[in-house]
Amino acid sequence: MKKVLEGSKAIAEAVKLCRPQVISAYPITPQTHIVEALSRMVAEGQLKAEFINVESEFSAASVILGACAAGSRAYSTTTSQGLLLMVEVLFNLAGMRLPVVLTCTNRSVSAPINIWNDHQDVMTIRDAGLILLFAEDNQEAYDLHFVAYKVGESKEVSLPVVVNMDGFILTHAYEPIEILTQEQVDEFLPPFQPLKKLDPENPATFGMLADPGWYLETRISMQKAMENSKSVLKQVIGEFRQKFGRLAGDLLETYRMEQAKTAFVAMGSMVGTLKDMVDEERDKGNPVGLVKVRSFRPFPEEELREVLGSAEKILVLEKAFSLGLGGILYHELRSALYGLPLSPQISGYVLGLGGRDIPKKSLSKILEDFNKTTPALNFVDAKENILKEHLYV
Amino acid sequence: MFDKEMTEKNSVAPGHNACSGCGLVLAARLVLNAAGKDIIVTTATGCLEVTTTNYPHSAWRVPWIHSLFENSSAVASGIEAALKAQGKADKIKVISQGGDGATADIGMMCLSGMFERGHDILYVCYDNEAYMNTGIQRSSLTPFDASTSTTPFGKYSFGNPTNKKDMPAIAAAHHIPYIATASVAYPQDIEKKVKKALQIKGPKYLQLHAPCPLGWGFKTAYSIKIAKLAVQTGLYPLFEMENGVITSRKKLARVLPVEAYLKEQTRFKHLFVSEDGKKELERIQAMANENIKKFGLA
Amino acid sequence: MQTTKTLYGEPGSSVQNKTGSWRTERPVFLHKTCTDCFLCVLVCPDGVVFGSNKIYDVDLDYCKGCGICAEECPVKDIVMEREVK
Repeated sequence: MKKVLEGSKAIAEAVKLCRPQVISAYPITPQTHIVEALSRMVAEGQLKAEFINVESEFSAASVILGACAAGSRAYSTTTSQGLLLMVEVLFNLAGMRLPVVLTCTNRSVSAPINIWNDHQDVMTIRDAGLILLFAEDNQEAYDLHFVAYKVGESKEVSLPVVVNMDGFILTHAYEPIEILTQEQVDEFLPPFQPLKKLDPENPATFGMLADPGWYLETRISMQKAMENSKSVLKQVIGEFRQKFGRLAGDLLETYRMEQAKTAFVAMGSMVGTLKDMVDEERDKGNPVGLVKVRSFRPFPEEELREVLGSAEKILVLEKAFSLGLGGILYHELRSALYGLPLSPQISGYVLGLGGRDIPKKSLSKILEDFNKTTPALNFVDAKENILKEHLYV
Repeated sequence: MFDKEMTEKNSVAPGHNACSGCGLVLAARLVLNAAGKDIIVTTATGCLEVTTTNYPHSAWRVPWIHSLFENSSAVASGIEAALKAQGKADKIKVISQGGDGATADIGMMCLSGMFERGHDILYVCYDNEAYMNTGIQRSSLTPFDASTSTTPFGKYSFGNPTNKKDMPAIAAAHHIPYIATASVAYPQDIEKKVKKALQIKGPKYLQLHAPCPLGWGFKTAYSIKIAKLAVQTGLYPLFEMENGVITSRKKLARVLPVEAYLKEQTRFKHLFVSEDGKKELERIQAMANENIKKFGLA
Repeated sequence: MQTTKTLYGEPGSSVQNKTGSWRTERPVFLHKTCTDCFLCVLVCPDGVVFGSNKIYDVDLDYCKGCGICAEECPVKDIVMEREVK
């Protein structure tokens, strides 16, 4: 059944169907509509959950940590500064192998303060041990929440999952969403069964001190869980597609990559615009294709080598970069493709930061100019006059 | 019963690495023994955590979790919420523990949130008056003029320049139903207060004075003696506050001068070597007098 | 796929760590003037003093020899003696 829903409302509906027992959050733009919708569902008895309004994102993450350790399915959502305030707890959730799910309504990071979309917030936690999934549109964001709980809670994984969706661009957009029924979700997503929980009947100690004789192996075991999550993601996404007919691909989604000589690689909502562009180029006879990275962690290294193995030119478009290095997806992709016999040209483009619009004509220009230069770090639509008049001293 | 087995009933097992004579681990055992077995315990980073959970050895015989330094009370809030959702909140009680730094400094925000939201949790602050786990740096519960590794006594300093933060008053400002102070010097009093607190629904705050032989500078055998002197001089008043009203206080049969407490500890010894030190002692005596008056201890 | 977990502690497993070796003095329970006040049991930081009916002792596997029990015994029925190894 299709329903026109605001992105945030769609996420709240998805979360409700996952039957979380504890929800904790702190309001931050552009995440607010999700928590407002969830708290209304609790207030009206449509969702039986403890909704804990906390005094900070730090506590929100800590509350769901406690709830998950006590054996309850738990949920939170945040973005930007809120995600940064959670960081210490997020590392802890991963290390303690507590499979909570968070929605990150991606937003830029201060300073300067800016409430609009990019991916700089979530990139700060890329080494924390959380599974990071990116949605292209609200339907995918909706669907990925069911996948997130099922993958995170599987015994082979047991890691927290963050579903990323672009702030405002998706959270505040109304789109028709194919919704699932409670019966469908219950059949797909069984109740949470932790390996261990805090329980007086069977008292265990959580959060032990691991001295130099033990610590390394705990991190290796987390890496194994991350590696496992690749096949679990494939399996769960496959099951989802089989049952509900959505979610093409798995860790990656390819679009018109048949005999593509040039490939875009991107994540999040800009993939939609890029798909249109690929269609136009194909109509003109240009063999252009697109690879969407759905799972940024685990990073689909082999999968990227496979789908990009015969491309001659690769353009990595991303809404974040590592100051002092350059594009993050760009560098990780280059590293993944290192040693390929065909050694493609790869260029990195940083765009859309702080919510700057990404017009299709800018994307066309990138493609046009690509033959002239192959820049490692190119800021799309940067305004020279702002730099000169306001930022150069 | 001349039998070692009775020691197995302790909720904190031996074999932990707390220092000889540690007041903190003693306090924790007394609190948890009083609380019974149907509990879940959270603990902040600190001496209590590192000395008891060196993998693979855990001293805890009750379900126990450590997450971070500042979130013991927020993790406890999540556990309590989960127990409610699971329909177990009436049977299983949640106890959240932290040291003075984890409570009054870094964990203040989470603790205030726990109080304000009204979670059914007993929060226990083990007050050994400095960051002992990192090497005796001052916290906001370090007493006035105590020499610590970050407020050392020196030519221009008598040690810690500030008074103890009034945590019970801060807890009281949240209008929580039960607040108490206690001391390892009075084990039966601890038991009584913990049992009473757990009968009360809502957030409870218990602040427990727990001397640290290493950090305060006294013989390991004196942990109880020193704790008792803190009470008997009026420097650590023991009281209960229920619904905003002080309902009990430990009356002092004989009030001792503050010197009786201070001179036993290396952290205050600099107060006894100069004329200026005498003035400092007078200031500390005035604080004790104020406590005695305020709580009606004499 | 190899399933992995975090490090959990087994309840009370610290008993494998025999801290008695830390001791330089040991408490000796004289069993002469004991009044069964139970204070020695309550104030032991390691919780290893045990007994009843005026007969108490300490588990030397764990006793760190802090001396609190001897110091606090109101009838001086516990004394500290230098550990001989």
